Amino acid sequence: MQADVLIVGGGGAGCSAALHLAKRGVRVVLLERGLVGSQATGVNYGGVRQQGRHPAGIPLARKSREIWSRITELTGADVEFDPCGHLKLARSEAEEAELLRWNALAAEHGLHPRMIGRNAIRERFPHFSDVVIGGSLMEEDGSANPRLLAPALARAARAAGATILEHHAVTELAHDGAAFDVRANGTHFTAPWLLNCAGFWGGAIAARFGEPVPVEKLHPNMLVTEPLPYFLRESLGVVGGDLYLRQIPRGNVIFGGGRGESDAAISVTRPRPEAAFGAMQRAIAVIPRLAHAMVIRSWTGTDGEMPDHFPVLGPSRTTPGLVHAFGFCGEGFQTGPGVGAVLSELVMDGATDVPLEAFDIGRFTAAPGAV
Amino acid sequence: MKVVVVGAGPAGIRAVEQLVRAGVTPTWIEESPDGGGRITQRPPAGFTRSAAALYGADAGRARRLHATLDAMKPRTDWRPDTLVWNIRPQDRVLHTQTDGAAQAEVPYDALILCTGAMDRVLPLPGWTLPGVTTLGGAQVALKAQGVGIGAKPILVGTGPLLWLTALQYAKAGAKPALVLDTTPFLTKAWQAAGMMWNAPTFLRGIGIMAALRLRGVPIAEDATPLAIEGVEGATALHWRDAAWKEHVTPCDAVALGWGLKPESQLADLAGVPFDYDALQHNWVPRRDAAGRAPVAGVYMAGDGAGIGGAEVAELSGARAALALLADAKLPSDAALTAHLDGRLRTEARFRAALERAFPYPAKLAARMEDSTPVCRCEVITAGELRAAAAADAPEMNRAKAFSRIGMGRCQGRLCGTPAAEVLASALGVTVAEVGRLRGQPPVKPIPLQQPAA
Amino acid sequence: MTATRLLDQDRPGLIFTVDGVEVPARQGDTLLTAMLTAGLGHVRTSEFGDGGRAGFCWMGACQDCWVQVAGQGIRRACTTLVQPGLEVIRR
Repeated sequence: MQADVLIVGGGGAGCSAALHLAKRGVRVVLLERGLVGSQATGVNYGGVRQQGRHPAGIPLARKSREIWSRITELTGADVEFDPCGHLKLARSEAEEAELLRWNALAAEHGLHPRMIGRNAIRERFPHFSDVVIGGSLMEEDGSANPRLLAPALARAARAAGATILEHHAVTELAHDGAAFDVRANGTHFTAPWLLNCAGFWGGAIAARFGEPVPVEKLHPNMLVTEPLPYFLRESLGVVGGDLYLRQIPRGNVIFGGGRGESDAAISVTRPRPEAAFGAMQRAIAVIPRLAHAMVIRSWTGTDGEMPDHFPVLGPSRTTPGLVHAFGFCGEGFQTGPGVGAVLSELVMDGATDVPLEAFDIGRFTAAPGAV
Repeated sequence: MKVVVVGAGPAGIRAVEQLVRAGVTPTWIEESPDGGGRITQRPPAGFTRSAAALYGADAGRARRLHATLDAMKPRTDWRPDTLVWNIRPQDRVLHTQTDGAAQAEVPYDALILCTGAMDRVLPLPGWTLPGVTTLGGAQVALKAQGVGIGAKPILVGTGPLLWLTALQYAKAGAKPALVLDTTPFLTKAWQAAGMMWNAPTFLRGIGIMAALRLRGVPIAEDATPLAIEGVEGATALHWRDAAWKEHVTPCDAVALGWGLKPESQLADLAGVPFDYDALQHNWVPRRDAAGRAPVAGVYMAGDGAGIGGAEVAELSGARAALALLADAKLPSDAALTAHLDGRLRTEARFRAALERAFPYPAKLAARMEDSTPVCRCEVITAGELRAAAAADAPEMNRAKAFSRIGMGRCQGRLCGTPAAEVLASALGVTVAEVGRLRGQPPVKPIPLQQPAA
Repeated sequence: MTATRLLDQDRPGLIFTVDGVEVPARQGDTLLTAMLTAGLGHVRTSEFGDGGRAGFCWMGACQDCWVQVAGQGIRRACTTLVQPGLEVIRR
């Protein structure tokens, strides 16, 4: 099968790329090993969060946030996006100082979170314990349902003319100098462009083209409670990131912190009880009323993590037509729609308005002394 | 060698018996305070009914099981009131919670899962009303608590438990207002020959039906339950008879049950693959005839490994323990092994006939009204599930992701079977093709507040 | 709904409370039995606006009878035995 662009990986980035490209009339084929949105995009916390990101990542997050604001119109589906605000909590004066430091940086990038002091936070959030001494509220941040995003993008991409092939695991990859030849599920696919959106497994694709990178597996440890009376609109985080927590309007509290694990022998990922207990303890420390709730389910999945916590996003240094977009280090749900737009711009316009220097794969493969 | 047996029903009791006989001291974990299983469950202290009064024709078997249970407890590391809520097979560790709170990690070299079964249900409009229970629930109420779910209940479903429960209620003084069997008489009659593989059980079933008729209990076969009516609780059943005439029968409670489904969440978490058993109409964990799972060190027995009934549970429990012992090069009784293999083969023929005689009414499930809640935990309707199918959910876990079916406290235990029928029908594929809901820990809810270590 | 005491009910009586109201029960009753035979009708309220729930399976499987018990946290009514003075709060 011949295409203009092949995409490997049906997460948020890949599906968004397929949609953006198809809307510009490109013949695009997306190959997904399982079902779209089964890995990092589908199992994460669902945070649509700019707050707390490294300044180098803010332009991409802002571009993506702009797409999120029209995600319903873009996908024709309700992915439960709610700009409910992201409240990052400080549990010590050092953490409060960290919030202030980031807020000053963010202002230079056009983001304007608001500090909430000890008394104000007590008044506005009576469910918090005394452990919380302050917080920073990013009002335009929020959350969405991670289970719905990739399927919605894929559905819209299909409607726009993209070919989305699920249960198509890539078994061979080659480039003859002009075009890629990809074999998946017994079929050959050829195209001059290949977008590597394969999450953790993106590392193997990069290595295949002579660009090995030190990508590791990241398994977010997620939990959900039974439905509780609705008491919390904002999505919560803490300085240090060892707890994130939100309540959906149906009442369930979704929270995470720490890492799950994978079992290579039977190819599954599992949440880890030790991590779960830690997150449960920290959740109760912040919101004592959760002591009277039950955890009804836990889960994890696989994302890719880079040692410097930046993704690999941008053109290959070895292979013309190859563009990488993987290793989003647990922050790819928010950026997924934006990454897809960036990829479509790189293919169609040869440039994008988002600075990608920090994400260049060359930082691992070209620089002397790189890993 | 660290051996753990999970469950102290008939399968667990007989497994432990063989292990102890071979000189192994297993850790024995049971979720309830006592053990004994569902069919032969003992009431709490203070109840005085005799075994004959409690278990009827099963009294002898119950007495023998309880004697073994009591004899084995002190010869094992007995852990009652203990839920196994997670397994880490790669490290061979179980995570347990005792008495609703205290956490422990229990390592194992070999594990026998005897996790039992529960009723298989068919959601009806009104099935979440107070006063509606499972058939098993109606029976447990009577046996373990001496109470009826109502004074004039209606029992709905199919299978031996429907008839047995009806007679038990009639004898206890709560004569059922109706016994509604969705299976036509002829379907059952056709399987009579096959059921002679266990003649005593079959003849007992015939006797129960006759006794109910003698007592004047209204019986409807080949009938269709349409809705449970009521506001604060169930007050009537709206149903249709075999001639398509509709009725509204008043009642004060309704019990529902269409056979059993394995409680196999732990096998799932242990990494055991599942196969669809078209005859049983259930997904069952894969095991060989002796109970070995394809996952090293994991064995399964009893209804949790595929529905066979209480007698088969005893046989398969002993058989799985013998398999474990043989695999570990420990002394095991070869003659008993051969005897059990023969008995299990015969019982399998009986079971096959029984499943054909009392089929799950898959078509009723598939045709469920859009407004009927399939998932009672999260109140997700058949219509919402069909919308998920329309939004391109080709299998159950994707349907769960889209619709929240099976995401509630029970984790799809109840809705899994009927939801698969609704989804398969909406997609125009077989129920095997839509798969099953994956197990996720915790197997049952655990409190956020953990006791200080 | 009201569950009906039929057999084996010659057991010592006791009093516990549900939502602060005294309720009679018998030793050996589960919370579910005690609450439903006392005519309380339901043991919890569905979070999704479809009324009261009174358990379903009576054997710890359906997870539809969780109640709050003072000093013990959240408990399944069908698998928890009643004790004199126990304080149950319906959720």
